[in-house]
Amino acid sequence: MKLIVTLIPLLPFFGFLILGLGFRRIPKRISSYIAPGTVFLSFFLSLVVFFSLLRQPGSHIIELFNWIRVGNLSVPFSFLIDPLSCLMLLIITGVGFLIHLYSVGYMYEDPGYNRFFAFMNLFVFSMLILVMGSNYVIMFIGWEGVGLCSYLLIGFWFRNQSFNDAAKKAFIMNRIGDLGFLLGIFLIFITFHSVEYSKVFLLAKSYPIGTGLLFAVTLLLFIGAVGKSAQIPLYTWLPDAMAGPTPVSALIHAATMVTAGVYMVARSNLLYALSPATMLIIGITGTATALLAATIALLQNDIKKILAYSTISQLGYMFLGLSIGAFTGAMFHLTTHAFFKALLFLAVGSVIHALGGEQDIRNMGGLRKSMPKTYWTFLAGTLAISGIPPLSGFFSKDEILLTVLTHNIFLWILATGGTMITAFYMFRLFFLTFIGNSRGTDGNRTKAHESPPVMTYPLMMLALLAAVGGFINIPQIFNGSARLEKFLDPVFKDGAGHSYPGYYFSGNYDEIMIIAVPLILTCVMIIFAYKRYAIEQRVPDEQNVLSKPFLNLISHKFYIDEIFDFLFVRPVLWLSKNFHDLVEIKLIDKLVNGAGTFTIWTGNKFRYIQTGHVGFYLFIMVFGIIAILLFNILIF
Amino acid sequence: MQNIVQNIQTLPISYYLFFCSGLFCIGVIGVLIKRNALVILMSIELMINSINLLLAAFSAYSNDPAGQIFVFFIMVVAAAEVAIGLAIIVVIFRSTNSLDIDVLNKLKW
Repeated sequence: MKLIVTLIPLLPFFGFLILGLGFRRIPKRISSYIAPGTVFLSFFLSLVVFFSLLRQPGSHIIELFNWIRVGNLSVPFSFLIDPLSCLMLLIITGVGFLIHLYSVGYMYEDPGYNRFFAFMNLFVFSMLILVMGSNYVIMFIGWEGVGLCSYLLIGFWFRNQSFNDAAKKAFIMNRIGDLGFLLGIFLIFITFHSVEYSKVFLLAKSYPIGTGLLFAVTLLLFIGAVGKSAQIPLYTWLPDAMAGPTPVSALIHAATMVTAGVYMVARSNLLYALSPATMLIIGITGTATALLAATIALLQNDIKKILAYSTISQLGYMFLGLSIGAFTGAMFHLTTHAFFKALLFLAVGSVIHALGGEQDIRNMGGLRKSMPKTYWTFLAGTLAISGIPPLSGFFSKDEILLTVLTHNIFLWILATGGTMITAFYMFRLFFLTFIGNSRGTDGNRTKAHESPPVMTYPLMMLALLAAVGGFINIPQIFNGSARLEKFLDPVFKDGAGHSYPGYYFSGNYDEIMIIAVPLILTCVMIIFAYKRYAIEQRVPDEQNVLSKPFLNLISHKFYIDEIFDFLFVRPVLWLSKNFHDLVEIKLIDKLVNGAGTFTIWTGNKFRYIQTGHVGFYLFIMVFGIIAILLFNILIF
Repeated sequence: MQNIVQNIQTLPISYYLFFCSGLFCIGVIGVLIKRNALVILMSIELMINSINLLLAAFSAYSNDPAGQIFVFFIMVVAAAEVAIGLAIIVVIFRSTNSLDIDVLNKLKW
């Protein structure tokens, strides 16, 4: 068991080493097998671990070696295998494998092929370390690792300066969150004298609800999650991160890295349950993010940016679920989101690949005939994200929404509104891309072709998962077995159900009606989108948008990027420029160059001692010896 | 043996000290003032020999033969050093045809 668990992250790491060191030498034929192969093997091993966990429930801690032991601080390098980490393992390796397979086709022409897969394998390794760690420090190692790989992969096409800027932006905003996370870890260590989950949670049980200490800890950890999972205010990096290749957007910014924050809060569910104030903050942040991102997505025209904002919005839903104590609901939504969002991104990549790099939906249309497989899988993804039964998105979203309703009806209204907006903009994307007449150039129209099987097979697998994935957790009202909830119960039993005090809607309501009404409203939105974009074929018009002030505001993403630029980027650049001109040039350069100049000046004066006259040298020798003699006599 | 030592010890040691210091100073002045390379070598030898004498005297006055053993070592080293010094002077003479040390002033700033 220990070997299997150790191999799961090690295999992608070896893939990274091999491809990273030999990226000039290894031919594409071979590396096409190495990179997806390691992830597939990890997936297989994760399945083995999963089934053995089903047979022997409970959490297992597998210690690799004793890493840090200094005084009070003991941080072993050990892995924790319990239902939550097992679920994440399956998602990461499963979806990761499909995306690696897809990338074999998508990135084949790219000269940096091996480098790409090296970074992707490194990412999978880091993410596995993140979810498998048994203490906060190991999680932080993976946390930083995925941030690094995100930077490397967003700026993959490094010759383009704007891509590099996007990569820097992602990394810096991540880092801001990481500061909070690190401070949280420090505070945990000071309070509990350990960073191991088992010890921390055990000690935390004795704390009353609402202590300031736990509030600080959970808030700091949540700041880390805000940076990593793109919540307000640290979300602006994610739309810019679409500069990276599409498989990167699928893997990192849809399925895995951005879910690290959700995982972290779910793992620390006990701490959060003991701190209702933080839960309130999380709830407000999640809902605000969900609505803001959904609104912005309504008027975006870049196909990947729409999906980026949709990711931010869905992450907001996950945090909303976490904030009301629906930990299983949030993890369920994380799972289904991984399926359908990866599917959507890969399908979009298929479209971009076929159209030779076109990303503006105003230049697309009518791709249904030329790319049938992409069309149907994309439709499956769009239906899933809009929450149409029986696809998976319906079950996961509804679980969150039902828990929200029992907590606070106002939030429920807001969340349901967000769902309707989601359905609208996703179908807007779908109709403008695939239905109607082609608005592209003639070259694009003839060039558009279906992708090769290596790309369509993952699409179909993910479409299948997006369609039936919901059945892992059908709630009781549908006479379902709620398998996921039972599976994750040991992890969440201490924390689930606790949240900040809300208005518990305890009146009589018919559960079927509560599910049906939003569903009907969503279908209405879809029909509205159909009418507007499929039948009338209203192409998004720049002039129309800019003329109406409210639409203009949304279309410019509420000017948040510009605000951040004014508030943070400009002062830092001003400071940097002044430090350079005043301190660097006038002070430090003078000092450093002065040392050299002084040495030369001294040497210039001293060189006259070398007269070349032997007699003079003899005299100095004798004089020196006498001087030493006198010095010694005088000392003693 | 004791007779010889006792005879030596009738002379106060300060005589030996002054004598050897004088010899040493003559040697030093010779090194500093003379221009002939061979004479400088001879002055160095003079300094060495004065030290030898002083060592032997101290050895006799404190009844410790270690001083005289040390004199043996010094003589060996002096012999080797003279051999090399003379070899260098021969080579210099072959190239500059002069024994004057003021000729060797090229290695300067």
